[in-house]
Amino acid sequence: MISIASCFEETWLADMAPLHERQQFVAIAGAIAIVLIVFELVRRRKLREEFSWVWIATAIGIVVLALNQNLLGTISGWIGAASSVSTLFFGAIVFLLALSVQFSVRLSRLTHRQRTLAQRLALLEEELADARKEKAEAERKMRASQKQSSDEVA
Amino acid sequence: MRASTVLIIPAYCETGRVGEVVRSARREVLAGNLCPIDIIVVDDGSPDATALEAKAAGARVVRHPFNLGYGSALHSGYSAAIRSGYERVLQMDADGQHDPTMLARLTEALDNGADIALGSRYLKGDAPDSSFARRIGTRMFSWIASRWLGTRISDPTSGFQGLSRNALESVVNDGFPEDYPDVDVLVQHHRRGLVVREIPVIMHERLGGLSMHRGARIAYYGYKMLMTLLLMPIRRATPLRSPDTVARVL
Repeated sequence: MISIASCFEETWLADMAPLHERQQFVAIAGAIAIVLIVFELVRRRKLREEFSWVWIATAIGIVVLALNQNLLGTISGWIGAASSVSTLFFGAIVFLLALSVQFSVRLSRLTHRQRTLAQRLALLEEELADARKEKAEAERKMRASQKQSSDEVA
Repeated sequence: MRASTVLIIPAYCETGRVGEVVRSARREVLAGNLCPIDIIVVDDGSPDATALEAKAAGARVVRHPFNLGYGSALHSGYSAAIRSGYERVLQMDADGQHDPTMLARLTEALDNGADIALGSRYLKGDAPDSSFARRIGTRMFSWIASRWLGTRISDPTSGFQGLSRNALESVVNDGFPEDYPDVDVLVQHHRRGLVVREIPVIMHERLGGLSMHRGARIAYYGYKMLMTLLLMPIRRATPLRSPDTVARVL
């Protein structure tokens, strides 16, 4: 049976398969692709800067882990992964989950703001229509009164 | 001259029904059965002629630019009532389920000290038929609401209600539920020390249109309500008279 302490021992790291050169290459190429796509989206103003940093940070993290086998091995030991590739996949899943939760929170906030704006718009439109109606009525009365005065003078 | 009571009617795709509901409420006033009221129909972004029909029948119409949900429609109505300075609110559905001759019972309960007069179709036992799932849900939430409020609440999902000015100020806050404002709002009223009283009313079958409690929405309703009630004791209460961003006049 594997104890928690053994996860941090060197034997765990020794048993673990490191990343092959091809796997390293794919990971780094993927990270570079993420960076390029994010840069292009920000340049075209299709992605806001405030959301871009998460992706850039993730890409940097992938490159660091792919180049630093010891660090990847240590993290694999912490989470009990059988191989370094599994650790990368696990990291990706955790990242996507965190991102989804963050987006859900932002979406909830945006939905609330959208609702508030729509409601205020509806109320203001109704009040505006009411004010226009009152104004038209007042103008009609004023014209009638002016006409009556001019008739009296005539 | 503006009345001190306003009737709020949230409506979505109620062409062919909302006009008659508005006219029948006005008839109650003309017949002297009901105190003078203004009527506000909140059209929740209907793609049909709901707003035009309500306006032609003589109601003020607040029109959402797109569909926001029943709770938001009610909240807009409450906000309009606050902005216009009404002293109390009546609310009924636009689908013809709620009998306008019962409105006087709600105002009477408010006159007699209730903050929330809740029209119940089950107190007299002659409720229209509803689906099995809905009956189970109503039973369950009736039990929960009764336990929370310490008094029997037989129809916690009823949208046929009267609210005093205190209750109106209590519900108009940014935390008002956007979809199904039912048991959770009643519990909120109770926690603020407001008096909730059930009044027996007659309800009819819908004249047409679609119920918001249908299909998978019933399951979501159950989940949402249980989640809200579960979190209520540990949730920070929305402060009374918090600066509601809809009702506030800038």
